[in-house]
Amino acid sequence: MTPGGWIIMLTSVTAVTVLFVGCLYRVLFHQPPPPTEKLHGIDDIHTPDEGDN
Amino acid sequence: MADAQPKEAWSSRLGVILAVAGSAVGLGNFLRFPGLASQYGSGAFMIAYFISLVLIGIPIGWAEWALGRYAGQQGFRSSPGIFYALIRHKWGKYIGVLGVIIPVVIYMYYVYIEAWCIGYASYFATGHLSLGSDVKTYSDFWENFVGANSDGFAFSTGHNQAVMFLLFVFVLNFYLIYRGLVAGIEFFCKYAMPALVVIALVILVRVLTLGTPDAAKPDQNVLTGLGFMWNPGDWQTQLKNPQLWLAAAGQIFFSLSVGFGVIITYASYLKPENDVVLSGLSASAANEFCEVALGGLITVPAAYIFLGAAGVVGQGTFGLGFKVLPLVFAKMPLPGLFGFLFFFLLFLAAITSSLSMLQPGIAFLEEGLGLKRKQSVTLLGLITAVGCAFVVYFSKDLKALDTLDFWVGTVCIFMMATVIIIYYGWGMGIDRAWAETHRGAEMRIPRIFKFIIKYVSPTFLIIVFAMFVLTKIFGLDVATGKFAPTGYMSELIGEHSSHVARFTVAFLVITIAFFALLTSLAGSRWDHEKKNLKTPESK
Repeated sequence: MTPGGWIIMLTSVTAVTVLFVGCLYRVLFHQPPPPTEKLHGIDDIHTPDEGDN
Repeated sequence: MADAQPKEAWSSRLGVILAVAGSAVGLGNFLRFPGLASQYGSGAFMIAYFISLVLIGIPIGWAEWALGRYAGQQGFRSSPGIFYALIRHKWGKYIGVLGVIIPVVIYMYYVYIEAWCIGYASYFATGHLSLGSDVKTYSDFWENFVGANSDGFAFSTGHNQAVMFLLFVFVLNFYLIYRGLVAGIEFFCKYAMPALVVIALVILVRVLTLGTPDAAKPDQNVLTGLGFMWNPGDWQTQLKNPQLWLAAAGQIFFSLSVGFGVIITYASYLKPENDVVLSGLSASAANEFCEVALGGLITVPAAYIFLGAAGVVGQGTFGLGFKVLPLVFAKMPLPGLFGFLFFFLLFLAAITSSLSMLQPGIAFLEEGLGLKRKQSVTLLGLITAVGCAFVVYFSKDLKALDTLDFWVGTVCIFMMATVIIIYYGWGMGIDRAWAETHRGAEMRIPRIFKFIIKYVSPTFLIIVFAMFVLTKIFGLDVATGKFAPTGYMSELIGEHSSHVARFTVAFLVITIAFFALLTSLAGSRWDHEKKNLKTPESK
């Protein structure tokens, strides 16, 4: 096993392992927030006579 | 349309990720990848491999996930239905028919290979594969087992063990698919995939602790085995070799199951708010982990440790898997246990893939023809049984299997993937597709991928496909620039044609025509339902 072989093997194996473990961690332990209901404030309410003011 | 059928959906995000990963992880991860990497000198190969992963593998995967979920919200679950919804043209559904033909036809021969795996696992468990130390004995055993010496051999009395194993795995596949998406595929993959990784890790530890098993051959040890797999050759020169790029891109492409029609079908069962970005990346990452970190450290190093370079060089996928490795495991301590574990690992990898090949067909028969689950399973079972019997009967030199694998398992997949990435980047429009992909996403895709998906991925894919056609079909010699048609072409046309290859292509044409006819019927049904939906008041 040459130094080049070690470098390629460790780089390749580490890269895919980190990617896999990282994704798995996010999927298992990082639950998405529930979809938030949009609450309408006074600024969101538009009436037909707005343009007259 | 799905309105006529019960609406199925994945029960959990982990379930769909494991199902897609199970579809991707197959025999190629443990047999084909290590062989290619060591053949082309791992340094240059891995550079080309990772570039291909980033430029075509992951982007096409995201495109399939997003398009499948998008069409699924419109009530379509099958590839023809998905393309009917995406491409609002009467020919759209016919483009999608490739997404049914590819997995169904691949299933016809893949399930036979799956039967070899469970067969070898049971032979190791019962001690029937201790055949001495001559690789020729193992080679003869395999050829007799699969019937590679003459057509019809596997059906003959006294030599039909492979057919018995085939019946077992065939029924098991259809039993699981009959149970449905959640109770069948998702349930099975939730157990099979973790089991596969655990078994692979056990075998990996065994291989890495072998030391120098034969004191008379001190140059054959773990380190030299790993060196044979991973030592770079002259990587700067090798990177200029177009064949290396073709091999690396092809491996990424086929390994990730993009262009099969499977991911797009699976994604159509997602709910509208489900993430596709992280899920798509996770499924690809799981496949890469199994391929590089497990497959890359087990197969070739183990073969080298016991047999040296001569035992590894020039072996194809089947040669390495079913001739060389049985001998390697027979030479290890506890051969029955580790031989069984390795082939059971291959069986798990194969069955999670073969299950995914049936779902696109089931989805099509149910939503296209309005069949119930029992009817669709029966009809697909009959179709695949006929194809499977064809492959098993014409087993001499595995000609039928090889021909189908080339024209469907390679050429059609390239075509399907090209259609998907071009539609995603250009047909749907990259901005709309980008927004659709990020709906409900748990992570953002780097913006550079907008450019990659629109320009780089299609160009890269088309160049690789063109190179493939020129070299593998028309026989272009890149060094000399001369053409000499390859076996796949000359066995169809010319003096040295093979009647089995011609039968196989004729069978393929009939299969395509049959599914095109079914698609036409399905299209009429969808058109009719669409009209009814548009004019409810007129009733």
